[in-house]
Amino acid sequence: MSLTAPLARTRRPRRPGQPRRAWRRAISPLALLAVWQLASSTGVLPREKLDSPLNVLDSLVGLWTDGRLLDAIQVSVTRVLVGFALGAVVGVGLAVVAGLSRIGEDVVDAPMQMLRTLPHFGLLPLFILWFGIDEAPKYALIALGVAFPLYVNTFAGIRGVDPKYLDAARAFGLGWTERLRHVVLPGALPSTLVGLRLSLGVAWLTLIVAEQINTTAGIGYLVSDAAGFGRTGEVVAGLLIYSVLGLLTDALVRILERKALAWRLG
Amino acid sequence: MATRLNAPHALRPPTVPPTVQVRGLRRAFGDTVVLDDLDLDVAPGELVALLGRSGSGKSTLLRLLAGLDAPDAGTAEVDGVTSVAFQEPRLLPWRRVAQNVALGLRTGSRRERDERARQLLGEVGLTEKADVWPVTLSGGQAQRASLARALVSEPGLLLLDEPFSALDALTRIEMHDLLLRVWARHRASVLLVTHDVDEALLLADRVIVLDQGSVAHSLRLDLPRPRALHDPRLVAHRATLLDQLGVRTAHAAASPTTDTAQEAVS
Ligand SMILES: Nc1ncnc2c1ncn2[C@@H]1O[C@H](COP(=O)(O)OP(=O)(O)O)[C@@H](O)[C@H]1O
Ligand SMILES: [Mg+2]
Repeated sequence: MSLTAPLARTRRPRRPGQPRRAWRRAISPLALLAVWQLASSTGVLPREKLDSPLNVLDSLVGLWTDGRLLDAIQVSVTRVLVGFALGAVVGVGLAVVAGLSRIGEDVVDAPMQMLRTLPHFGLLPLFILWFGIDEAPKYALIALGVAFPLYVNTFAGIRGVDPKYLDAARAFGLGWTERLRHVVLPGALPSTLVGLRLSLGVAWLTLIVAEQINTTAGIGYLVSDAAGFGRTGEVVAGLLIYSVLGLLTDALVRILERKALAWRLG
Repeated sequence: MATRLNAPHALRPPTVPPTVQVRGLRRAFGDTVVLDDLDLDVAPGELVALLGRSGSGKSTLLRLLAGLDAPDAGTAEVDGVTSVAFQEPRLLPWRRVAQNVALGLRTGSRRERDERARQLLGEVGLTEKADVWPVTLSGGQAQRASLARALVSEPGLLLLDEPFSALDALTRIEMHDLLLRVWARHRASVLLVTHDVDEALLLADRVIVLDQGSVAHSLRLDLPRPRALHDPRLVAHRATLLDQLGVRTAHAAASPTTDTAQEAVS
């Protein structure tokens, strides 16, 4: 997970005669895969430590056909969605309260800045005490991780809205809620979307940690179960699924950014 | 043409109550007294240009009239709807041009407001730009859109805070023309802040000079429009105004301060 989310990547125009960059960049990962496969096939890398790439693929197909993978994905995605939704409501809601009024800032921002420094993973034991061992502590942990990046970025976004726009809106007789709808929230959106991307990264990471403990379903369960039986191919397959899901949500946010921020480029 | 563009107020009986009635207005920021015991009337349909050096309190007066600020003493009464166009057009970048104009309207259904906004965009020659993002407009086009937004509510008083000062000279000439046209059509009172003496001379029924927090000078220009800057009467008035503004250049000194100009000082 990166801490800075680039808003837009600039693509350099390809110069004629230059070898195609994409292929050149693919060479070293492919070579690594080949070395890995070779090490496995020759027995240098024992199967109980790490299975070969081909066997990982095989595990993936197996997990898919017997339906375990889909079940696990459903469970894990639900956890992220619920946790994310809770965290987003809290993070954005508090940011709006703190961003719109000095009183709100004084009441909300100070504790948020203090809590922000707590490593939220460290709260897992407490959350298990408070919420039991079912889904609730996982939701809570993900929500906590999600709330802060969204809070910080939305708050900054609201405060960054040019007061001239608010003045203009007032001059045209827009009331409080209309100013919120037409000026404050759209003005804060670019910053909120940065927070969204960061928070989704945190959400997946938190899921992985939360799923290590006391789980009987989900991708984390699949992985730890497989590890318990030395099926390293399934372990790697599960990790792959985590990263694919992470990439997918990132791509979704990118699409959302392109649509929602079209006004920046015209 | 020239007669149609003349001030409607000239035809009205003097008993018509003024659109703007400012009495004893005072506004101070800390120890700096910006407006001090200021009196000002603007008649219905009158186009008043407000001249003053930078920092003389022109924007402060406009903000008070727009209801964006409250006076420390005195009253500022405005009859009817007030709307504003600022030096920077202040179109919301995340709303399309027509939506920006429609924001100037506080009544009617969404459809009605949209239709009305497009109608106004037509009046300022921006029909094709109704559905684009503001970022794609040129400076002059953005200022036209801003003018459309200010006019869409059929205001009784149109406050213009140096609306043309950021435009290039050619665009400014076009905008002067446009302002006179829409003013003749909508018959609003206009208070035009400018620090361009020529702009004031070309456009206004009356030019007032703000100095030391109150109206230092008032000059009525009963001249038909369109006006030419080399018109000897305007040349004389220019000398008076530059003198009032404390500008003593060879140019101002060379211009004859005739009896006509002295008479106009009230
Ligand atoms: N909100 C404010 N707080 C403090 N000082 C202000 C504020 N608004 C304006 N002023 C001061 O009032 C004076 C007049 O400002 P302004 O009305 O903007 O002048 P003008 O528009 O004629 O150039 C300036 O000295 C400016 O610094
Ligand atoms: Mg000003």
